[in-house]
Amino acid sequence: MKGHDILRVTAKALIPLILLFGLYVQFHGDFGPGGGFQAGVIFAAAIILYALIFGLDEAKEAVPPRVLELIAALGVLLYGGVGIVTMLKGGTFLAYNALDPAHPTHGQHLGILLVELGVGLTVTAVMCAIFFAFAERGRRS
Amino acid sequence: MNIDVGLFNYWVVVFLMVAGLYTVISRGHLIKKIIGLNIFQVSVFMLYITMGKVSGATAPIFSETATAYSNPLNSVLILTAIVVGVATTAVGLALAVRIQEAYGTLEETEIIEMDGGE
Amino acid sequence: MPELVNIALLSFLVVITVVIIRSRDLFTAVMLSGIFSLLCAGLFTVMDAVDVAFTEAAVGAGISTVLMLAALSMTNSKEKVHPTNWGALIVAVLTGALLVYGTQDMPAYGDPGAPVHNHIAKRYIETSLVEIDVPNMVTSLLASYRGFDTLGETTVVLTACIGVLLLLGGRRREEDDHEGS
Repeated sequence: MKGHDILRVTAKALIPLILLFGLYVQFHGDFGPGGGFQAGVIFAAAIILYALIFGLDEAKEAVPPRVLELIAALGVLLYGGVGIVTMLKGGTFLAYNALDPAHPTHGQHLGILLVELGVGLTVTAVMCAIFFAFAERGRRS
Repeated sequence: MNIDVGLFNYWVVVFLMVAGLYTVISRGHLIKKIIGLNIFQVSVFMLYITMGKVSGATAPIFSETATAYSNPLNSVLILTAIVVGVATTAVGLALAVRIQEAYGTLEETEIIEMDGGE
Repeated sequence: MPELVNIALLSFLVVITVVIIRSRDLFTAVMLSGIFSLLCAGLFTVMDAVDVAFTEAAVGAGISTVLMLAALSMTNSKEKVHPTNWGALIVAVLTGALLVYGTQDMPAYGDPGAPVHNHIAKRYIETSLVEIDVPNMVTSLLASYRGFDTLGETTVVLTACIGVLLLLGGRRREEDDHEGS
């Protein structure tokens, strides 16, 4: 979309705000509507907007597909890792109370934070990777 | 039997379910079938969320001024279902793209013809 | 008795569904399904499921529409017209009639005494703030009480990514090689 100046300028102003809003939704999922899935999709929407306006190659340079695959797997690893850590600390799988035996609610907070972060990472990476795959396939035709 | 108008939500759910089912079984274009499947999924979401609403209650986020909360359990189930739905839609669309590349068409009747008919 | 907003939104939903089914131009159908998702998000908000409304708006009206448009851009976007399939229509209408007969047993909309509100949900609502200290009950249920299901869901999302990358990520076969892989 090289000739559309209005779109380019507006997107340049909007994309950082969308990313910021995504971060807000991710970490305030405890206090209002939100959480990992919604934040992941909002992040992915910002990156897809960048790809649509500025070109697929620029977007792939900013967010390389290899890194996306890595982040997607890392998110699930983080989630499962929290479960394993609680088992190592003496509780059952995903029993967040074991993360901080002196204050169970602190353990719950920490557990929920890490788990939602893992979910958010995976969903972002997966949505972006799927879009890049479709766009790349469509480019050849 | 007397019809209870408080069930209007459920009738719309049934209509959406039937509409989605009809689209999947009667339309030939693969992407139309996927859209019909999405409509079917949304009808099931609507069913669950309708069951979870409590009159006079508020959203299930703790607040000082609330007396009653709507059921959070339904929201949790449907959150998972929505994400799984978009995952299956993405895989279905990827399959449709490959079928288009292999057969040159997405119409079910033409694909079956090309495969030798059965 | 559902409120007026509810009835209005549901009626819009019905109208849009009929138009989606009947439209031959698939671009129209995809755009309308985006609007359909947005209306559903509105309905979910009216029914107090704010997390679900958020997710449906983002996922249904956002990602799903983009992916369908991407897939549609690589194919032809007009559907072939067939004569009405009466068998399918009769089956669908019969199923609908049976389901409507089944809805007579459902509790009234918004009834606080319905069975779904009285067993484990009551326990979660009462103890969620004490045991987990997180105001959003849906998050505490999703991430802590039912955390194992959410792990499964995240794995499903990852599996979908793997599936799509396997299908679309490789090099596209050149024109002179028509055999499917």
